[in-house]
Parts: sequence; C-alpha cells; structure tokens
Amino acid sequence: MLEFIDTVGEAVAAVKDGSTVMIGGFGNAGQPFELIDALLDSGATDLTVVNNNAGQGDQGLALLIKEGRVRKMICSFPRQSDSWHFDAKFKAGEIELELVPQGNLAERIRAAGAGIGGFFTPTGYGTMLAEGKETRIIDGRGQVFETPIHADVALIKALKADGKGNLVYRKTARNFGPIMAAAAKHTIVQVSEIVPTGALDPENVVTPGIYVNSIVKVA
Amino acid sequence: MSIQTSATPLGRNDLAALVARDIAPGSFVNLGIGQPTLVSNYLTEEQNITLHTENGMLGMGPEAKDGEIDGDLINAGKIPVTELPGASYFHHADSFAIMRGGHLDICVLGAFQVSATGDLANWHTGAPDAIPAVGGAMDLATGAKDVFVMMTLLTRDGASKLVEQCSYPLTGVGCVTRVYTDKAVFLTGPDGVTVRETFGCTFEELQALVPVLKWKRELAAGAL
Repeated sequence: MLEFIDTVGEAVAAVKDGSTVMIGGFGNAGQPFELIDALLDSGATDLTVVNNNAGQGDQGLALLIKEGRVRKMICSFPRQSDSWHFDAKFKAGEIELELVPQGNLAERIRAAGAGIGGFFTPTGYGTMLAEGKETRIIDGRGQVFETPIHADVALIKALKADGKGNLVYRKTARNFGPIMAAAAKHTIVQVSEIVPTGALDPENVVTPGIYVNSIVKVA
Repeated sequence: MSIQTSATPLGRNDLAALVARDIAPGSFVNLGIGQPTLVSNYLTEEQNITLHTENGMLGMGPEAKDGEIDGDLINAGKIPVTELPGASYFHHADSFAIMRGGHLDICVLGAFQVSATGDLANWHTGAPDAIPAVGGAMDLATGAKDVFVMMTLLTRDGASKLVEQCSYPLTGVGCVTRVYTDKAVFLTGPDGVTVRETFGCTFEELQALVPVLKWKRELAAGAL
C-alpha cells in the first residue's frame, strides 16, 4: 500500500531496532540526508546498514555510526579521507564490516529484488574477498558464488514521484535507488516534487511504483 | 635494434598522452581515479571516445567548472563533472553489468604491483591495521576487454612494481594486458611479459631494474 507521508519522522518509523536498512547514494549524490537525519532522531539502533560507503564527514550515515547505532556495515568503500567516525569505530572493534566489491554489492542487491537465490561472478575470483566462498570454472573463467542482500527497509532519494509512486531520478544521483527500492520489504522515498498521476511519461519512469511504499516530499 | 623510444623517462603527462594515443577510435573507456584521469586531457575529438563512470553514466565530459557544478553529476572519484551530448544515465547494477559483461573496451587503472602474467594488486596493502576499501577496482579489473595500468616502475625504495608474483593482496588474476610506466611499456599475458618500448634507458638497463626480465632477450620493437 502506497502512502504519502507528511514528515520524514513519520516515514522512518518503519525502521525498528535490529533492522537491515539500505541507504541510497554514492558520495553525496542521491543520499537521502533528511531521511537519515530522521532515522538518527528516531533512536532506532542495532542496525545493519547497506550503502556504498560508510559515512563521510559529520553528517548523515557518519553520525549514525558515531552514535553507535550501526552494528554492521555492508559496503564497498568504507575508508575515505573523511570517514573518521567509521574508522574510529572499526579500529575500536565496535562495528562489523562486510566488504563487497562494488559491482557485487549492486548485483547482490539487484538479485534480492529479482528473487534470485545467488549467482556466479568473475569479480573477486582469486582474491581475499572470495575466501571461503564456493567457486566454479564456467566457460573457462573462475567465478565466485554470491548471495542476495535483502533489507527490511530502503531509504532512497528521487527527483519526482507521481500519485502511483512511479519515480524518476536526476543524473548520477540515480545510482543505487532503483535496485534498493526493489530489494527492500519496505521502501521509503524522499522526493523534491510530487506530480499528478499521468504527469510522468510512462516511457521515462525509472522505478515503477510497485516497489515503493512511502513517499515524503522534502523541500 | 633498440626499442628505446625516448631519451628520458616519461613524466606523468607524457605517459598520459601516450596512453591516450594508444586508445582505438570509437572505444568505450573507463579511467580510474588518480593518474589515469589525466588520460582524458589528451583524448582528441577525432578519437570519438565515450567515457564511462561506474557510478552510472556514459558520455562523461570534463570536470565541471564554477558555474557548471551540479551535486547530482559526479564521477567515481566524487568530483563534479559535465555531460556530453549523447550521454546516458543508469543505475548501479546496470553500470557494473556494462563492466562485468565485457562491454567496455579499455579501463585504465593505477597499481601497487602487476605480475608478469597480468595479476593486478591495487586495492589493499595488506597491512594489518589498514581499513580495506575495494570500491569498483575488482569489477573494473575483471570486466574490461583490455586493462591498462599506469604506474611508476619503481617504488620509492627502488623495487620494481612489475614482479614475478604480487606480494600485495590481488585485485584480479591475469587481467592486465599492458603496463605503462615512466621507464617502459610492458605487454603482459598468459605467456608472460614483453617490453614494447623503453624511455631513458636501454633494454639491458631495464633488465637490471626489473628482475622478472632477467632471462628475456630484447626484441625489435616492430616484432612485438
């Protein structure tokens, strides 16, 4: 059931203690900052967070990590020049890290949304990130078995939604949005604009509304 | 016959220009973060190269200047960039399908080490206190038809980064096809390494720096 919600606070009430939460964005592009701030205010804790990175600077995901609300990060690139909150928690042994090559991260999320039970991929074969995983030689190439990443909730950002929950994004801010929307049981989207049903060209819809549960407009 | 093509070692920009010249017209190319990004400065309009950035775009233009900066339009290094006519956007799973599916002609990456058979180490030093971060390095190394590496040949301590076997954790196995360094261009593959050309040194001087070349004979440039 699609709901249009007035505030980001009400929207993130779906995130419970212990939830696995996907958060869209690559760098600042596509990061749903307002939803993340609301999640910080909500007090939900013991979270597993799926994001490309592990927070930057003193905002958004970095603050969730700083406040000790994230039990585990599943990401591809945690270490950055300004990832000091993650770095400190990691070195103190206070956060678990599952490091996943970026394309495997994306495909594992996609697989979850598509109902795929796993897949073999050449990425990572012969490296330490494939240790302990099933491998096969397929068409003469070494490949590693990877499993889907499901989530309870996805927090993503889009440019526009219509009354059916159909979404369009903007430029490289699209990044993880469409696949996370499909992979989570409950998808919460912050948008800049809500347009009347019929105002989006169906040919240009990127995420069909079937994947979307809650929409909140953020100024 | 000598394969020395420059009297001096090549600087970063000259090396970038050489890589750019070697990219076939019409190619789809991904340039890694750091030194490989310099290659874009030397691609010509006539070459008609389409640049891919793994956060979800084909047809990436140059870095954005003041008035052009748009927070929603960044490259894999999170630098604001521009879009060229004919650009397209797609989500992350599609972007990595473009790589993994073998649709990119060339990717250019930096490296800590490359082995004679094209193993690549460029993501992790393996130091026990280092926080690992892999990003798209393994996907790029595995997916592109040709993987070019740009690096200095020697570490600060003078050790060759072209090695018999990588001592750093691997990014990909047997994936590198060419290595562009300040002192030479190497071709790597299942049969081992050959030297295409040298800069500022003779083949014998290069052999003295790169132990894995010890038993190699110099081949004429044309024969490579």
